[in-house]
Amino acid sequence: MSTLGRIDDLHISFGGVAAANGVSFSVERGELLALIGPNGAGKTTVLRMVAGILRPDRGRVFFDDHDVTALPAHARVRRGLGFTHQIVRPFYGFSTIENVMLAAGHDRTASPWRAIAGRSRTKARQKAQAFLDRFGLGAQAEQSPRTLPLGQRKRLEVARAIALEPKLLLLDEPLAGLSSVEALAVADLIRALPGQGVTIVLVEHNLSEVLRVADRLVVLDAGKVLAEGAPADVMARADVRQAYTGVL
Amino acid sequence: MSAYIASLVSVIGINLILALGLNIITGFCGQVSLGHAAFYGLGAYTAAYLAKLGAPLPLTLLAGTAMAGAIGIVVGLTSLRVRHDFLAVTTMGIGFVFLGFVRKQKWLGGELGISGIPGPGLDAVPYALLIAAFAMAVAALSLWIKLSWMGFTFDAVADDEDAARTVGVNVSTYKLTAFGIGTALAGTAGGLYVYFARIILPDTFDFVQSIAVLTMVVIGGTGSVWGVFASTIALTLLPEVSRAAADYRLLIFGAMLMLVMRFSPGGLAGLVHRRRPA
Repeated sequence: MSTLGRIDDLHISFGGVAAANGVSFSVERGELLALIGPNGAGKTTVLRMVAGILRPDRGRVFFDDHDVTALPAHARVRRGLGFTHQIVRPFYGFSTIENVMLAAGHDRTASPWRAIAGRSRTKARQKAQAFLDRFGLGAQAEQSPRTLPLGQRKRLEVARAIALEPKLLLLDEPLAGLSSVEALAVADLIRALPGQGVTIVLVEHNLSEVLRVADRLVVLDAGKVLAEGAPADVMARADVRQAYTGVL
Repeated sequence: MSAYIASLVSVIGINLILALGLNIITGFCGQVSLGHAAFYGLGAYTAAYLAKLGAPLPLTLLAGTAMAGAIGIVVGLTSLRVRHDFLAVTTMGIGFVFLGFVRKQKWLGGELGISGIPGPGLDAVPYALLIAAFAMAVAALSLWIKLSWMGFTFDAVADDEDAARTVGVNVSTYKLTAFGIGTALAGTAGGLYVYFARIILPDTFDFVQSIAVLTMVVIGGTGSVWGVFASTIALTLLPEVSRAAADYRLLIFGAMLMLVMRFSPGGLAGLVHRRRPA
């Protein structure tokens, strides 16, 4: 395995309170890395800095052998660093398939010049339908995302991100709010992604699902990396258990 | 075609270019602008100034379009910083800044504007047809944009900017493109107006004009090319068919805006779509 992404000494403070205080770790190509930790540990903040939604006060983000620290989120997406929001953000004005079509036709939307030159959406529609089928949403293609239950909206969020053909996908609590049955199904879909060439960094509170699907864990506590390694080894550590006291 | 019909066609054509241009900014890309008349004025003043220096029509029209589009992109930069109601107030301010500026410029005629503008080199009827051809070309461009990937992407930006970034859309570039195209078209309308009226006054490009154009867009249905097309023609003809409608134009426009917002926020186009079977 080779390193696909690396963050180096990320710091960020909000109102004088450090949310990330020198966070560093790497993600290897083809793995499913889970970023876990108690509430307020800084997981989502770190993920948002990797995605480019937040600018770190200090530190660097490397992706695919490039320093992408200065790049905005959309430019990172175009380089293959995708992300999904903790609270699903479909385009509610679009149908389910149109949500995925816009992502599937990402080469068309790279610049306004390219976008105005092309009209045909046939290819993008075919690709989008295939993605929807893969994520169990084929029958809902023409429905508005408003009519989809949360579990299906979460699938749509992941399907749309995958339609961009990312190398690395950052998933922010994709199982939050789902029933245990739905969580199991969505976790299985996520587990299959590394085998399809998409490396995953997952922030998730549902520890039982995390331990079932993750290849490796990074534990954050109070804005710092507390531990990292294979799930069984990490969870056996006393300091990790201590950080989770009251949660486990 | 009588001179009266020619003048009516000219005014409808100019209003169509203005409304369809604003529709690209507000309807397609979701950026509220209450200062569209300023760009209309920028195009008109640029074209009028150059026409008086002896520049030919194609050059003055092009210069008016370019000037309005360039300033439009600069104003569009504010849309990257502020959203919705703040953008509405900012663009309204741009309209006042424009008027405040031209009214104090002696070289632009001050309060009296620019008069004695040379003719277009065409009689009233052929010139009206030229304006109509421009309006049809703008309608065709609008339809093309709407059906292209650009329209699809504008829809996404208007729907949810953060989600648009998630799918790799450079939201800033698309917003500036919408502002650039829409304001450049207002500049074209201004240039065409100059040769039609042969005199320009600052008040022609005031806040009321901005609201009138916005009314045409909102009543037609923001984002709908055919809806805006139909409402612009209807609202331009309204004061012609009824003297009372001319006297109470602002009152009628205001009342229509309120009714549309209350009963059919999607405008005329929204009413048509609602009747269609799902």
